[in-house]
Formats: sequence, C-alpha cells, structure tokens
Amino acid sequence: MPGAIVIVGAGQAGVQAAEALRSGGFEGSITLLGDEPHGPYHRPPLSKAWLAGEMDAAQLVMRAPEMLAKKDITLRTGVGVQALDRAARTVRLADGSALPYTGLVLATGATPRRLALPGADAPNVLALRTQADAQAIAGQFACCAQAALPVVVVGGGFIGLEVAATARKKGLAVTVLEAQPRLLSRVLDTLLSQAWAELHRGRGVDLRLSAQLQAIELDAQGLAVAVHTADGQRLPCGLVVVGIGVEPNDALARAAGLDCDRGVIVDDCARTSDPLIVAAGDCTARRLVDGSLLRLESVNNATEQGKSAASALLGQPRPWTGTPWFWSDQYDRKLQMAGLAAGADQHVLRGSLATPPGSVWHFKGDRLLAVDTVNSPREHLLARKLLDAGISPTPAQVQDPGFDLASLAAPVARPAA
Amino acid sequence: MAAITYVQPDGQAVTVAVTDGWSLMQGAMTAGVEGITAECGGSCACATCHCYVDEARLAELPPPSDNELGMLENVAAERRANSRLSCQIKATAALEGLVLTLPDRQE
Repeated sequence: MPGAIVIVGAGQAGVQAAEALRSGGFEGSITLLGDEPHGPYHRPPLSKAWLAGEMDAAQLVMRAPEMLAKKDITLRTGVGVQALDRAARTVRLADGSALPYTGLVLATGATPRRLALPGADAPNVLALRTQADAQAIAGQFACCAQAALPVVVVGGGFIGLEVAATARKKGLAVTVLEAQPRLLSRVLDTLLSQAWAELHRGRGVDLRLSAQLQAIELDAQGLAVAVHTADGQRLPCGLVVVGIGVEPNDALARAAGLDCDRGVIVDDCARTSDPLIVAAGDCTARRLVDGSLLRLESVNNATEQGKSAASALLGQPRPWTGTPWFWSDQYDRKLQMAGLAAGADQHVLRGSLATPPGSVWHFKGDRLLAVDTVNSPREHLLARKLLDAGISPTPAQVQDPGFDLASLAAPVARPAA
Repeated sequence: MAAITYVQPDGQAVTVAVTDGWSLMQGAMTAGVEGITAECGGSCACATCHCYVDEARLAELPPPSDNELGMLENVAAERRANSRLSCQIKATAALEGLVLTLPDRQE
C-alpha cells in the first residue's frame, strides 16, 4: 500500500503506530514528528528510577534512531506542528513548511494542568511530563538537599506520589497536599486510599488531606519559598511539584474541526470524525457503546490505540476493548490495576494491604469490574485473564485465602497482537 | 561493560557492549536490536522484553525476583526454563559473552 503517513507525536502511541504500520505491510513513507529534542523515550521511569538518579538519560531510550531508520520510519525531533489542513491534506509545521499526508495519526499526548495561582510559573514550581521536566525537578531536588528545604507536592495522584516517594528516597522532607479527603480518590477505593496514606506517612511524608492551596509565596528573585494553605498555614519549601492531572493535547484537532470533547474523540478502532485521521494515547477520548466518553492515560492504552490506529489506516479495523491496566511503583510497593472500578458497589479484600501481597476486588453485583493488587503480579495477571474472559469469582472465593482463584481461569486464547 | 550477544527473531546475532548497571533490555533498545518491545520501559510490568538465556550460563545470573517470576507467567512466546525478562538482568563484567535468544513474539 503506497501513501504518506504522518504521525504527530513521537511518544508511546506514535511509535507503536509507526511500527504497527510497517509490520502491517504499509510500504509508503512514515514520518514521525516529535516536538521534544529527544527521540522516543520511556516516560514511566522519569518519576521513579531516573529521578532517583539510578539511571542515565540514555537508558530511557525507547527505540534507537537506527532501529526506526531500519524500518524506514523517518523521525524528526524538535518539530512543532502548527496546524492541520484537512482540505489540502497537509500538516503545517512550525517552520512554515507543509507536509502532505494520505493518512494522519494524532498522538499528541497531554499537558500537565497548571495551578491557577500567582507564582505558578516560578522556576521552582514544576510539573512532570517530559525528560526536561524531570531534569528540572532533579536539579531542584539537589538544591533542596543542599539547603535542607522541604519539597511540597500539590496533588496526591500517581505522579505526585511517585515524586514524593522518590524525594523521600533521596532523604528530602516532603509534604503532600491533597484537596480531596483521601488519596487517589478518582482511581482507588477507600481501602487502598487508606493503605496508601499509611504507606506514605510511614515513610515520613507529611500528608495533608482535604488541604487547599491558597497562595505561593515568592522571594525577591521570584522563587517559591513557601506555600500557604486555606486553613492559614505557611509551609516553607524549596520546590513545589504540581501533580493535579493533565489536559489532553487536542488543540490541533479542535482547530481543524475534528470532534473533540476533552480529547480527540475516537471509536474503539481509534478512528476520528475524519476517515483519514486516527488518534491514539493520552490525547484521545474514546466513545463507548453507551455514548459516554472514556479517557485513559496509560502506557497500555497508548500501545493498544497505537496499534488500532495503524490498523484503521490500513483498512483493517482492530477494535480494542480489552481490560485496561495501569501500574505505579512507590517505595517497595508495586500497585497494579486491572479494569475500571467505577460503579462498583462491593470492594473485597484479599491478603493484606498493610503487609502485601494484597488485593482489592471490585464488584458490581455479582460481576467483577476491576482488581487492584499490591506486590502481587501473579494476581494482577490472573485478574486480567478473568476480566478479559468475563469470569467473576464470588466475593466469598476472593476472601478465602485457601481458594485457588487461578482454577477459575479457563485456558483463554491470547488475543492476537 | 559486557559484550552481550542478542540473537534476533530473524536469526541474526547482534553483539552489543552493555554498560555496567544497564539492563540487558536497555542495552538492546539503545543499539537497535530487534525482538524486544519493552512496553513499560523496564518497570517489570509488561513482560514484553522476554528472552531465553544461554542455558549453560543461566546459573551465573542472580535469580529472578518474585515479581519477575509472576510476570514470566504471562509471556507471549513459550515460557522455558531459561526464560527471563531482559529488563531485570543488569550488565556486569561477569556476563561477558552472554548470549540471549529473543522469542518470535512479545505480545
């Protein structure tokens, strides 16, 4: 199949789409556009091993440039995209040039939300998304260590808590401010939220729930020196890390008239409202059968949608409705989540969350919706198998430590890659 | 530094000098070796950097953690006695000359 496919975004979804196009037999040109100076790299370690100083930037490399070249994928880094011209079927680059396409993949990712407060743009008020962000935070960690100043993390979500755990590992004092009455309230049930709060407090984090940030205090040089909470406390700090979620990068798509609603709207096959344009990863919002929109921010979603995006452009629609999965590493805990727990009315504990392995099984009625495991990869993988196959154990079976849950998993054919 | 030989799914052998402390997955990915996906970037969360270790030298490696053993249960290709996740093996001079064979599929 000839043609010219342009992929906007050289992260997980973009790279996956590029490689899946080649392995799917596409013989035309593939141009992978990245706006960062680096080639494709792994983001997950940025908040963990990389920030802890346990690995070099070179170890983050997702694909060596020669590996992409060998597949005849043209990687262009440091290239911003200004606009999509759907009528002319071109992508206008920041340097004014226009790149024609016969098929377009939008894999533009997401951008961390900023605090809507004066001082939010101070050089030591930082969010974490890119390698450059992580570099800046690592630099500020060093300053904090030298000046014995604490780190304040705003937002008790995954990124914030991973940064908090890494900062503690580096011996820094850490305060976490979470606006909700519990941690990770959007994704975890109360059992796990509580266990996670105890974990962080046990490792010396000053965790403040239901805490509202009111102001950032700057010094004469414009550096943040303290944050003020709504209940009148002043917390001195050397660094503020902001982890209050992301906004999908759908501006290009919106300006070009594609259907968007907090993300580029796609179907199960990663198709947008333009038949020549597909989208994958953090920039998307997937329309479900009931009409609602699902936004997933994960490596797993980026990978699967990237594959589907390539298939759609090759005229071989590949619906992806598999069980979504996520993970987060904090201290010595690996939290793995399979499925989506929204709507669950029963949460059943297996093992121990305080002294893992342990897991929480989420049910709606008799039906298993999701499973969160702590330090139990086997159970995580089993949960994915059960959820993919639509098999639900009973809550009593889950609670019974002597019951072999694996016995429920009929041999399931692995879905084709 | 250790010279590690990766036998790609196409049968071609590629030898890479992997820096001490780097995982054998990282050594492969930065050198453009084919046959590893490494979706999760080395977090031991995806089982797509599966490899078969030269059996004669298997015992020289630190044994797999419980996490790795759990993930190995989900590899896409056949799991064998010498199956390991290449992101969990760190290069040391002692591994000089080690041969890893990459399976035909990772997902």
